[in-house]
Amino acid sequence: MVKVLYFANLREDLGTAGEELSLPADVTTVAALRAHLIARGGAWSSSLALGKAVRVAVNQEMARPDAPVKAGDEVAFFPPVTGG
Amino acid sequence: MATIRVQTEDFDAGAEIAKVRTGNPKVGAVAAFVGVCRDRNDGENVSSMTLEHYPGMTERELARIVDEARVRWDVIDITVVHRVGRLAPTDQIVLVVVAGAHRGEAFAACEFLMDYLKTRAPFWKKEETPQGARWVDARASDDAAAERWMTGAKRDAA
Repeated sequence: MVKVLYFANLREDLGTAGEELSLPADVTTVAALRAHLIARGGAWSSSLALGKAVRVAVNQEMARPDAPVKAGDEVAFFPPVTGG
Repeated sequence: MATIRVQTEDFDAGAEIAKVRTGNPKVGAVAAFVGVCRDRNDGENVSSMTLEHYPGMTERELARIVDEARVRWDVIDITVVHRVGRLAPTDQIVLVVVAGAHRGEAFAACEFLMDYLKTRAPFWKKEETPQGARWVDARASDDAAAERWMTGAKRDAA
């Protein structure tokens, strides 16, 4: 299982702040997890679409699309940050 | 030394500045920045904003940014306080304080910390306007400000 978190407009558009997800065997990277979520369709495909500015953190550290994802990880999807 | 806090409560910039210099005769300069909630943004009136963050990662990312500043400049103490939750125009949002021996590194590290915080720390602003609520878009100018520090030009100038 991985813990997946959503923040800001993604949390609102997807209607959830997070979920526990068991990864299919072929989902081993950030990009594959994103594609897996997009395949749910609806708000998932529109909010996480590849053209959208979506940032991903794995275990609370910014991660690139090819970063590995494995059971026990915490993966967060969010828009570009706007603090300060 | 460094102090990093994410909190809903307001902060006292004067008290935080006093903390980093009091009793330390090596401090010759303290630079501080306070970010404040405005009543207007992107052509709309803003009646309030709500700051969301990623608990856990926010503190870790701020610590990474503070560590990076310490690698670049020889500073004595750094304080970063960022508020979350609902804020109104004139409310304080963020405080960065840097104490050093001389002003050059204090000014530079303070500006670097703000530029990196704005583009890396996981905070998000949602504004209330007469047209409804909207999430604030990231600005290209903020990315450009952070990127200046990657060229080394700014660092050399400091």
